[in-house]
Amino acid sequence: MNFGLTEEQRILRNVARRFLDERAPITRVRDVMESPQGFDPDMWPAMAELGWLGLVADEAYGGAGLDWVDLVVLLEETGRGLLPAPLISTSLAAAAISEFGTGAQKQRYLPSLADGSAIGTLALLEDSDVLGPDGVQLAGTPEGAAFRLSGAKRFVQDAGIATLFIVPFRAGDAIRFALVKSDAAGVSASSRLTMDQTKRMGDLTLDGVLVEAGGLLATAGDGSIALARLLDLGAVAVTAEMIGAMDRALEITTEYAKSRIQFDAPIGKYQGVKHPLAEMFVDVETSRSLLYYAAWCVLESPEGLPLAAARAKAYASEAFTRIGINGVQLHGAIGFTAEYDIQLYLKRSKWALPAFGDAEYHYDKVASLGGY
Amino acid sequence: MDFTLTAQEEAFRDEVRGFIEKNLSPEARKDPAFLAKWLKAVRDKRWVGFSWPAEYGGGGGGIMEQVILKEEMSKAGAPPLGMCMMGLQWVGPAIIEYGTEEQKAKFLPEILDSKYQWCTGYSEPGFGSDLASLQCKGVRDGDEYVVNGQKIWTSLAAWSKWIILLTRTDFDVEDKHEGITCLLVEMDSPGIEVRPIKNMAGSSHFAEVFFDNVRVPVANRLGDEGKGWAVTVSALAHERSGISEVAGLVSQLGDVVDLAKRTKRNGRPASQHPSIRRRLARADAIIEGMRLNGQRFLTRQLKGEPLSSETSINKLHRAFLAIELGDLVLEIQGSASQYVSKSNGNGLGDDFKVPSGALDWPNVVIGGGTPNIQRNIIAERILGLPKD
Repeated sequence: MNFGLTEEQRILRNVARRFLDERAPITRVRDVMESPQGFDPDMWPAMAELGWLGLVADEAYGGAGLDWVDLVVLLEETGRGLLPAPLISTSLAAAAISEFGTGAQKQRYLPSLADGSAIGTLALLEDSDVLGPDGVQLAGTPEGAAFRLSGAKRFVQDAGIATLFIVPFRAGDAIRFALVKSDAAGVSASSRLTMDQTKRMGDLTLDGVLVEAGGLLATAGDGSIALARLLDLGAVAVTAEMIGAMDRALEITTEYAKSRIQFDAPIGKYQGVKHPLAEMFVDVETSRSLLYYAAWCVLESPEGLPLAAARAKAYASEAFTRIGINGVQLHGAIGFTAEYDIQLYLKRSKWALPAFGDAEYHYDKVASLGGY
Repeated sequence: MDFTLTAQEEAFRDEVRGFIEKNLSPEARKDPAFLAKWLKAVRDKRWVGFSWPAEYGGGGGGIMEQVILKEEMSKAGAPPLGMCMMGLQWVGPAIIEYGTEEQKAKFLPEILDSKYQWCTGYSEPGFGSDLASLQCKGVRDGDEYVVNGQKIWTSLAAWSKWIILLTRTDFDVEDKHEGITCLLVEMDSPGIEVRPIKNMAGSSHFAEVFFDNVRVPVANRLGDEGKGWAVTVSALAHERSGISEVAGLVSQLGDVVDLAKRTKRNGRPASQHPSIRRRLARADAIIEGMRLNGQRFLTRQLKGEPLSSETSINKLHRAFLAIELGDLVLEIQGSASQYVSKSNGNGLGDDFKVPSGALDWPNVVIGGGTPNIQRNIIAERILGLPKD
C-alpha cells in the first residue's frame, strides 16, 4: 500500500501551480470572469501544450495517457486558483469518448479535444434536474439508423463555449448518447448569468437535430450504466476542484486571522476563530483522503468507484459549504466586499454543491449502496 | 498511489484469516476457557505488541502488517490481543522510546503477558486540559522521589498494579513544560489511596488517586528528570491514534444500520427516513475518511516523514461519531431507548448496546484531550496560529 503522490505527480502539481500563478493569478481570473465568454481563449492552447486537455486520453489519440489520480492532482490546482476554463467539461467529454466511443469517434474527436481546437462538455440534465436515467426524457425519433432530436438540456456547464456536446436521449426504452456539434443544424446554446461567474453554464436547445449512426456512442445495451459511470467521473472531477478551492480558502482565512488585529491581538489567537479554522483543516484533509481513493478506483477498482465517489462528493459538499461560509464570516464585514477574494470561494462553494449531485443525493446513494 | 497489498502482505493477511478461522470458530467461542486460550494463542504467535522489539518479547513486525492484523481481527469481532489496554497502547510504547534497559526488560514482557493493568496519572483537579501546569510534587531524596499530591479521572485506577505518573520536580521554571518528571509507581506503595468516582452511566471505572509521601525509587523514573513532558506528548500521541481505531467503528455502525433497518418508525423502517438515512451515511463516509486518513499518515510514516499532529484529525472524527452514533440509536428507537437494564447502563434500550452509547461517550470524547484541545493543537501546531 502506498497512499502518496509519485514524483511525477509532485512535478505535475508544481508545474501547474507555477503556470497558474503566472498566467492566471486572481487578478487575471477577475478580468476573465467578467468578460463576455468567461474564459481566456489565449490560455487554452497553452494548457493544451502542457498536455492538460487530454490528460487521461490515450496517447494514440493525442492524449497524455495519464490516469485519474494525475487528473485530480491537476484539478486541485485549477480549483485552488478558481481558473475559469472548461477543463472539467472537456476532460469528461474526452473520458466519455475514450470509454464509450467507437474507434472512428476516438480518431475524430479526441485529438481535437486534446489540442484545444474543440471544447467538449456533457449535457446530462433536463428540466427535472434529476441525475440519472429518470432525468433523461429527451426522446430521439428514429430515422433509419439515425435519430432526430428535439428538446432541451439544461444547466450545461460551459454551454456557451463548448463545440461538442455529449447528449443522452431516449431511444425507446434505452438511453443512448449523441455526439452533437455546436455548429450542427438546429443546435443553439445559451450562456446564462451564474452565481459563480468563474463557472459559466447555460441551456442547450436542439431543434430537429439529426444524429447519424456514426454520431452515437457505442454504449452496449441500455446506456444507463454509461450514464452512471459518467456521473461518478463528474463527481470525482468536481470534488477535486472543490478540494483545491477549500484548501486555498483555508489558507486565505488563516493568513487573515494571523494579520488582523482586534482587542490588541491577532484574531487567530482567539479560540472562536482558531477552532473553526482547525475544523476547516479536518474537512480539507478528510475530503482529500476520500477523493484520492475515489480517483484511484476509477481505473483500478471500477466496481468500488460508485461508493467511493459518493462518499467523497457527499462529504466534500458539506465541508465546502461550511468552509465557504466560515471563510467569509471569519473575515468579518470585509469578507463580503467584492474586493476581497474570499467571497469568490464562497461563490465557488455554491456552484459546487449541486454539481454532479449534492450532499443529499450522494448520502442517499451511500445508503443505497450500503444496503439500506 | 496504490491500495493493493504486496504478495508478502497478502500472505500475512491469509495467515491471520486462517488463524481466526481456527481460533475464533463458534465451537472455540463456546469453550469456558475460550478467552484464556485465545490470549495464549495470540501471544504464542507474537501478535501481541506486534511492532515491539522482538528482544523484549514483541513481534518485531512492520507497520503495514500491524495494520492488516488489526483490521482482520476487528472485522472478525475478535477479543483484544491482550488485556493490558493502556500498557499496550501507550505505556509500553513510551517505555520503548524512553525506558532504561532494566525498565524495558521488566515491564515490556509483563505488559505483553497481560499480567496486570496500568493506569495513567496525568490530570489533576486543577489541571486537566492545561495539563502542563500540573502540581503533584516529586522531591528527590537520595535514591528515591517522595511524591505528594492528587490525580483525578484516572481510568482503571482501582484495578491497576502500576501507574505512569506525572509529577512536578521543579517549580522554579519559566516554561511550565519544563520541570515535569515521569515516574512509574506501584499502586500498592504505602501512601497511595484510590477513591473511585461514579460516572453518569453508573459505573466507576475512573477514580481519584491521592499520594501522601509515596516513595518511588529513582530507577523507576521514565526519561530524564524534568523532561517528562516529552514522554507525555509521545504517549498522548499514541493514545490519540489508539483511541481512533477505525475497524471497530465499522462494526459499530453496522449494528446501528441493522437496528435502523429492523426498527419501524411511523410505519416504515427508520433507515428509510431521510434524515436518519443521511446521518447514517454521513457516519459511513466519516469512518471511511478516517480509514483513508490513517493510511495517508501511515504512508508518510513508512517513508520516514515525521507526523506532526495529524492524529488529532481522527480523534475529532472519533469524538463526533461517539456522540452521533449514540444519539442516532436514540432517534431510531424512540421511547424504547429509555428502558435500561442492569447490564446496559449506557442508555439505548434493552435490546441494544453501542459500546459508547448515549451516556458513555465521554470516555472517548474527553479522554486523551478534549475536542477543543485537539482543535488548539491543529490550529497552533499545523496552521501556525498564535497560542492563546
